[in-house]
Amino acid sequence: MNPLKIIKNGLLDENPTFIQVVGMCPVLAVTTSATNGVGMGLSTTAVLTCSNVAISLIRNFVPEKVRIPCFVVVISTFVTVVQFLLQAYLPSLNNALGIFIPLIVVNCIILARAEAYASKHTPLESAFDGIGMGLGFTVALIILGSIRELFGAGSIFGLTILPKGFPLTTIMILPPGAFLTLGLLMAGLNHLRQGKREAK
Amino acid sequence: MQTLLIFMSAVLVNNFVLNRFLGICPFLGVSKKVETALGMSIAVTFVMALASAATYVVYYALLVPFDLEYLYNIAFILIIAALVQLVEMFIKKSSPTLYQALGIYLPLITTNCAVLGVTVLNKESGYSFVTSVINGVGAALGFGLAIILFASIRERLERSDIPKAFRGFPIALITAGLMSIAFLGFSGLIKT
Repeated sequence: MNPLKIIKNGLLDENPTFIQVVGMCPVLAVTTSATNGVGMGLSTTAVLTCSNVAISLIRNFVPEKVRIPCFVVVISTFVTVVQFLLQAYLPSLNNALGIFIPLIVVNCIILARAEAYASKHTPLESAFDGIGMGLGFTVALIILGSIRELFGAGSIFGLTILPKGFPLTTIMILPPGAFLTLGLLMAGLNHLRQGKREAK
Repeated sequence: MQTLLIFMSAVLVNNFVLNRFLGICPFLGVSKKVETALGMSIAVTFVMALASAATYVVYYALLVPFDLEYLYNIAFILIIAALVQLVEMFIKKSSPTLYQALGIYLPLITTNCAVLGVTVLNKESGYSFVTSVINGVGAALGFGLAIILFASIRERLERSDIPKAFRGFPIALITAGLMSIAFLGFSGLIKT
């Protein structure tokens, strides 16, 4: 087992957002600013890592037929814990993310990793897989959040970057901006990959 | 009047897919053909209406009297999982072709954030039983409207000449973005 390799796999080779295209709802919904992206990304990483470990621990005695409900209960328990922590220590972030915190339960990445990875690997490997996938997700959220915040509000992480008087495009922080930015980003990535393949 | 407002708002103004970003996975996943999109939206409408009703009863009759509100997330997702199982068995018996076409996305209605989303929204807005169900149906119809429109556009896109890098998800996302801009126009419909 090579922890670095597992983490790199989640960050790049099988990046949940850009390569696997799963768990898109929070990616589009909360990336109105880079800060929200980090908050959502780290909350999901925490839930994903904990649930991966827990599911890996119980993988040998959960009956095949009821595994999905079992996984869902495990995941929603951790989500409830994270929600309490956010309410207590970071109430403003909790308000900004709103309904998308309880909805981490139905983030496809978490159930997909439980089913595809944690139910077949040791707890330690599953923990690293959770960290890797979670960070891959967080990075995607930060990239998208920064682009939208930059063009929509002229700042990144709340720091003003664009000079005053620079025309801002409000549409970037409205819902359509999320679809357009992600579409263009993915087209760019496709273009780069195609170029690489042709060079070979 | 109030109920009508909530209904219209759920269908058009706060469209679940294009405005609230709930249910993006099936929106992108099962929208290659109009027929499957239609089947999916009927199944989702059914699950959402039942889920809105069932979660209301469980929340106010079971969780609130025993001070267990904090368990709402776990309770709701279990109710939804059970309902989806029911719908799955029903479709398997009544329409095997639709069952085949929906494939993996049928059990995945459980993890369709639109369903859990509408139940949590009902709870947070403090809607009554009837309003909850109306909101659930409205949200599901909004989801259906968006996914069927989107599927019709994608059927046409299949036959058009798209730049290589944009094929697949990128063009789908940009299409969704343009639809979302169009739906922003509805926000003038209801003055708050």
